[in-house]
Amino acid sequence: MTDILVYVPNSGKHAAEVLTLGRSLGDVSAIAFDDASASLAGEYGAAKVYRVDAAGADDYFVDPKATVLIDLARSAAPSCFLLPSTDEGKALAARVAVALENGLLTDVTGLESDGTATQDAFAGGTIVKSKATKGFTLATVKAGSTEPAPAPGSPTVEAVTASVAETDQRVRITERVDEPAGDRPGLAEARVVVSGGRGVGSAEDFALIERMADALGGAVGASRAATDSGFYPHKFQVGQTGTTVSPQLYVAAGISGAIQHRAGMQTSRVIVAVNKDADAPIFGMADLGIVGDLFQVLPQALEEIEKRK
Amino acid sequence: MNIVVLVKQVPDSGLARQLDAQLRVDRNGANNVMGELDEYAVEAALQLKEAHGGEVTVLNLGPSQAMETVRKVLAMGADKAVHIEDDAVGGSDALTTSAILAAALGRLEWDLVIAGAESTDSGMGVMPHLLAARTGAPALTGARKIDTDGTAITVEHQRTNGYDVLSANLPAIVSVWDTINTPRYPSLKGIMAAKRKPVETLSLADLGVTEAGPAAAGNEVLSAAERPARTAGQIVTDEGQGGVALAEFLAVEKFI
Repeated sequence: MTDILVYVPNSGKHAAEVLTLGRSLGDVSAIAFDDASASLAGEYGAAKVYRVDAAGADDYFVDPKATVLIDLARSAAPSCFLLPSTDEGKALAARVAVALENGLLTDVTGLESDGTATQDAFAGGTIVKSKATKGFTLATVKAGSTEPAPAPGSPTVEAVTASVAETDQRVRITERVDEPAGDRPGLAEARVVVSGGRGVGSAEDFALIERMADALGGAVGASRAATDSGFYPHKFQVGQTGTTVSPQLYVAAGISGAIQHRAGMQTSRVIVAVNKDADAPIFGMADLGIVGDLFQVLPQALEEIEKRK
Repeated sequence: MNIVVLVKQVPDSGLARQLDAQLRVDRNGANNVMGELDEYAVEAALQLKEAHGGEVTVLNLGPSQAMETVRKVLAMGADKAVHIEDDAVGGSDALTTSAILAAALGRLEWDLVIAGAESTDSGMGVMPHLLAARTGAPALTGARKIDTDGTAITVEHQRTNGYDVLSANLPAIVSVWDTINTPRYPSLKGIMAAKRKPVETLSLADLGVTEAGPAAAGNEVLSAAERPARTAGQIVTDEGQGGVALAEFLAVEKFI
């Protein structure tokens, strides 16, 4: 019996994707620190759930959960341990790797049953296949790599009680500040992303990009030129130094397509570009390119979309 | 306050990059530059030094050509450098790299280690946490803001939908995003002064590290292939109906 350990941080889509990938490889034992995560694990076919009660763990950064994960990885001796490729998932995986002297693969986009992992190198320009040679396959899984498929079941639940050791109290989380992006989906997880670039021209005019994103149920992104110019907050930057996205549809408006931007979106399924400059490099990779003024094209497209709804 | 700033030389992400015949990052081109986020780490270190005094030491692991990057950091204002150079390092994984850097950190006096949140080449974003696990120092990663009084440190850890305020006692390890500052350019005076700043070159033997390279790695790269380049699709020049064409395309593709 193949045993796959999966860290389930929350009930989001990314966690469901990692559970789905894990299930394709063997019997999944999920690690959940709260009820929502535990029930997601059941919904996505985990055979077993380690329901961890670690009172106070949330007050500290990384360390308390890392200790729990290291202990469970040691005792479960899995063939594979998967975590979502998020800041937290990567941090936890790093701690597990050092503690167990185990290999570590990050940002995998696929995993076969023989342990062969697929990764994108150079932000998607090169596809690399690797395999663990030390210990089990320890991997963080990139968002959007797997289509989440529910498989509701009744997993065995093993309660795990952990206390937070003093050595794990080194980094205290004193405040959590949410800056909500409204009702829009998260950039990394969105099925549709509409991004604006330097051609948008101002922060006010980004409202047009937002309207387009909302009409398509998508997230808003921005090129580095747009975030550096202060048109839109940095956390929405798509590209080498921002978020790498791989949506079903990527709409680039007023973006020329510098390599640093293309690196962050070239694995999108369908790419649409609107730009005044017919020579913009973005047109070389777009499935549909409209050479024109985005302030003419997008409002007309919005009107047409409204008509067709 | 003594600060060690970690910098890595990487292939320029603005140009084509590839793996070499041994499936390692090809570093033999002339297009090697300082890791993009490392510049923000350097700037953060220099600003803290300006506020609190002490010394900034550049720590680099890389081939001889990486000295260009080390010199740039010295020109920006760092005081001295440690350059780890050894032919046996090539093909090492992140775990081994962290063991080598941790050994070097063990020889230095530091209150704070600052790194970029991730490298521009492999982009794993795990080094600060690997080093935290090896050195026992707290890791406060992904900072968009750093505050310290010389005893304790507080950072704003950037998330996609907000931030968390993290605090710990020094010594600590911090990594930064490019939201934290605007890196300075080296001045001519800085470039001249950099030539006289001390650089210590260390080998793995100097650091007591015996295992490195592909044999010590926890993973093996089996194959690599260039992703087929995307080709241009349909191009429509807007002559008054561009928006309609866009909506029509989205309808055919079933996005509306």
